[in-house]
Amino acid sequence: MLAASRQIPPGALLEHAAIGELALDGRLRPVPGVLVAAEAAGRAGVHRLICPVESAAEAKLAGVDPVPVAHLADVVAYFRGAYRPEDVDALPRSRANGGAAVPDLADVRGQERARRTLEVAAAGRHNLLLSGPPGTGKTMLARRLPGILPPLRDDEALEVTRIHSVAGLLPPGHGVVGERPFRAPHHTASAPAVIGGGSPPRPGEVTLAHHGVLLLDELAEFARPALEALRQPLEDGVVAVARVTGRLLFPARFVLVGTMNPCPCGARGDPGHECLCAPQRLAAYREKVSRALVDRFDLVLTVPRARSREYEGGAGESSGSVRGRIVAAAERLGGPALPFDPAAEMLLARAVDTLPLSGRGRTRVRRVARTIAALAASEAVRAEHLAEALSYRTPTELRAG
Amino acid sequence: MTYPVIRRHDAVYPTLLAQLHDPPAQLYLRGSVDALTGPAVAIVGARSCSSYGAQVGRTVARELAAAGVVVVSGLARGVDAEAHRGALDAGGCTVAVLGCGIDRDYPRRHAELASRIVESGAVVSEYPPGVEPAPWRFPARNRIVAALAVATVVVEARSRSGGLITADFALELGRDVFAVPGEITSGLSAGTNELLRQGASPLLAAADVLDAMGVEPKAPAGRSVSSAAEAVLALVSDGVRDPDALVRASGCSSGDVAAALVELELAGLVATADGEYRAVVAV
Repeated sequence: MLAASRQIPPGALLEHAAIGELALDGRLRPVPGVLVAAEAAGRAGVHRLICPVESAAEAKLAGVDPVPVAHLADVVAYFRGAYRPEDVDALPRSRANGGAAVPDLADVRGQERARRTLEVAAAGRHNLLLSGPPGTGKTMLARRLPGILPPLRDDEALEVTRIHSVAGLLPPGHGVVGERPFRAPHHTASAPAVIGGGSPPRPGEVTLAHHGVLLLDELAEFARPALEALRQPLEDGVVAVARVTGRLLFPARFVLVGTMNPCPCGARGDPGHECLCAPQRLAAYREKVSRALVDRFDLVLTVPRARSREYEGGAGESSGSVRGRIVAAAERLGGPALPFDPAAEMLLARAVDTLPLSGRGRTRVRRVARTIAALAASEAVRAEHLAEALSYRTPTELRAG
Repeated sequence: MTYPVIRRHDAVYPTLLAQLHDPPAQLYLRGSVDALTGPAVAIVGARSCSSYGAQVGRTVARELAAAGVVVVSGLARGVDAEAHRGALDAGGCTVAVLGCGIDRDYPRRHAELASRIVESGAVVSEYPPGVEPAPWRFPARNRIVAALAVATVVVEARSRSGGLITADFALELGRDVFAVPGEITSGLSAGTNELLRQGASPLLAAADVLDAMGVEPKAPAGRSVSSAAEAVLALVSDGVRDPDALVRASGCSSGDVAAALVELELAGLVATADGEYRAVVAV
């Protein structure tokens, strides 16, 4: 319009794109999704992006030259050659998750088995279900998982930044997200909130957790449609949101951590309390989880009630030191698949005969055994690796039927 | 569908059952009538049993069935179902006595278990098809459970519970009663511990029952587990049940302890429930 009314020279607009919200008083306000728009502009061969001052750094991340402006008058001045935008510095990496630091594993006393399970989960990106009475530290453990996952690669970081930018989760003036996202939706979250939806469609929690961790605390309390909707992203790493205007695919590759009490009242398995749940209620509770998801968890850990003596366990290894092992193991897992040695194959055959283990359960045990072998820097999957993998299988109490 | 009926004066009517002062006039049958003729032991206990009760019930049933003894119980949840399953684990024979019509699987979730029982054993009831389950029929059912067996084992029972009624019937009939000792702080063992005080035989191993019956126990299969697993088994037998405590007590890594526990589990030497481990064979 400015060009048409000759307020700025026509032709000057070439190679320029613009994004922002124009206020009635002529000021420009920041909008979400500048990173994505800037990347699209770059791909279309437009290398200069006029954008609100607050969004300039974000646009810079996409590799285009931002033209930061605060007011429409600046735009006119710029095109007339009267205003030279300052150079914008690319920003350092910033924290994900609203700036809160990821808690460290060193704070966890005792809990040797749970720590080990977290390590296996992080090395192989296995989904993990923590079951146990309230107050056994299930959530505390889950929150420490992002801190031991291998650091984000540059392309992953950009992808995460893009998603969080579109979702408007990034404060103005942020840089590339440098840490793995951690999302913990409340159990009252609806299916669209979890997988995405709305008009215009917005990414859901599964997409916000892309390349990070999705914690579903009190898994059994989530609405069934929300749990069912998790199946597709868990299998394919993407989530399809169907709208009238078309079908959208959002990326959603995350490590799922679920927590649950062993029964609705939470006292089961706790020697200090007596479980008051009616058998029907207990069966319904377990069936809900089991039907929906138990088959999707590679690792299931039952955390027994911590008795006072358990706090005797010393302070644990720090997240940083655990992460070193995990990065090495993840590299090994990226290489050729480790073979199973004959003793491991024999043990698996015996386990299938003796334990209730479904076909899918068998596949999961093999996958976990590979991760454990990789953590041990072994050339092959040995019987002891397979045996440990079997110890994280779905326990009888949580099986359907 | 019609079901075979065994009447009071038929030749196949179990003689032990006839010793009741009010024996059932008829028994409706699903499965094999031969299941009612072998030497039998009743294993009964609480419906909402602990993991301890479930494991003991199952293991004792398994060992008795392996020695050729028929395991009799009531198809209820908890100890009853574990006893039936234990007998089936051993490829043995088991009899379920129903407190409702012979055509009903009660509780319904045990329908599949009942069909497995029928393959090698029997499901019996004194009630014709169509009779609904009712609370007052269960004590009557318990008298049949006790009467079919030469001995009754009560695994876990609260005071004034169905398991104790079965034990009373067994005593009236002059049969042996065994009770599994439990923690004195557990309400689930109040009934069984009381039975012990009144003179029931403590059951410390399935062999106790077999001895009383004069049946040879099946020679235990030689076990060969790794030395790490032996060390972990010794700790579990000492009552260290929590995997974290096992890690600290053994000095092994968490991964090694997990592997040892699975090895022991596959060898049938430990069992797990609610994240804790327990030795299966009384050492």
